[in-house]
Amino acid sequence: MNELGIQPFLILSAFLFVCGVVCIASKRNAIGVLMGVELVLNAANINLVAFARFNPAFRLDGQVFALMVIVLAAAEAAVALAIILNFYNNHATVDVDSADELKG
Amino acid sequence: MTLPVVLFAIVATITAVSALGVVLSRNVVRMAVWLLFTLIGVSLLYFLLGAEFTGTVQLIVYVGGTLILIVFGVMLTAQGPLRELRTRPAEWVVGGIVGALLFGLLVTASYQIALPPASTDHTLPGPGPLGLTFLGVTETSPTANVTGLPDDVVVPRKPVAYLLPFEIVSVHLLVVLIGAAYLARAKRRVKA
Repeated sequence: MNELGIQPFLILSAFLFVCGVVCIASKRNAIGVLMGVELVLNAANINLVAFARFNPAFRLDGQVFALMVIVLAAAEAAVALAIILNFYNNHATVDVDSADELKG
Repeated sequence: MTLPVVLFAIVATITAVSALGVVLSRNVVRMAVWLLFTLIGVSLLYFLLGAEFTGTVQLIVYVGGTLILIVFGVMLTAQGPLRELRTRPAEWVVGGIVGALLFGLLVTASYQIALPPASTDHTLPGPGPLGLTFLGVTETSPTANVTGLPDDVVVPRKPVAYLLPFEIVSVHLLVVLIGAAYLARAKRRVKA
């Protein structure tokens, strides 16, 4: 593992992050947008655990914050799904392009 | 090519291909399945890094909890045309260009970071030290110094504990539970 270095993990995490950002920006289904957010959070988590592994100053902190991100992501998914279901109840669609009531 | 390198190559390929599948598939059910494989790949990556507890929590909370929640959302909303909402080709082009630029930026940035100091001890703390630090026991690895400073400056890490964030997270979970139950309660549909 030591000969691998930290760079492959950072590049994989960057790839996951970009996939998540493109997913958020281009999906029209609100649940697809939510999945993009999950991808972004996972990319950040890979970075945290990789730095905890390769930098002795963050040995505890990296894992602690990765655990917190996991818990907060679960909470975020619950609230986002509640909002999406409410939107679906009111509009009978999950297309984010049709959520334009606030347009000035 | 040692065993960790080969394992990392396999797991990283699975994770990256599944993440690409999430982006490229149109059907929202297939997106959920690709996301399942991505999350499992990330947890295997944690096991590979030696963070067994974090990998287990990832499997239990993410794969067993969050993804089931998302699948329920898909099940409750995916009807007929909503299952495949198509993105316009122009948006794909713009999104792809922005994504490629962002990926290039992140890769160059990750090659420019200062490498962490080489250390011989690479074992990550298990659930015992993690639980103790969540309970407020201040403990840090004795050899750890603050990184990113000039070479002649040596500042040891201050011992830290995470009791307050732990409490904030627990209260936050309670608030989220009440809020989600309030938002998603059964109501009369306004228009069919």
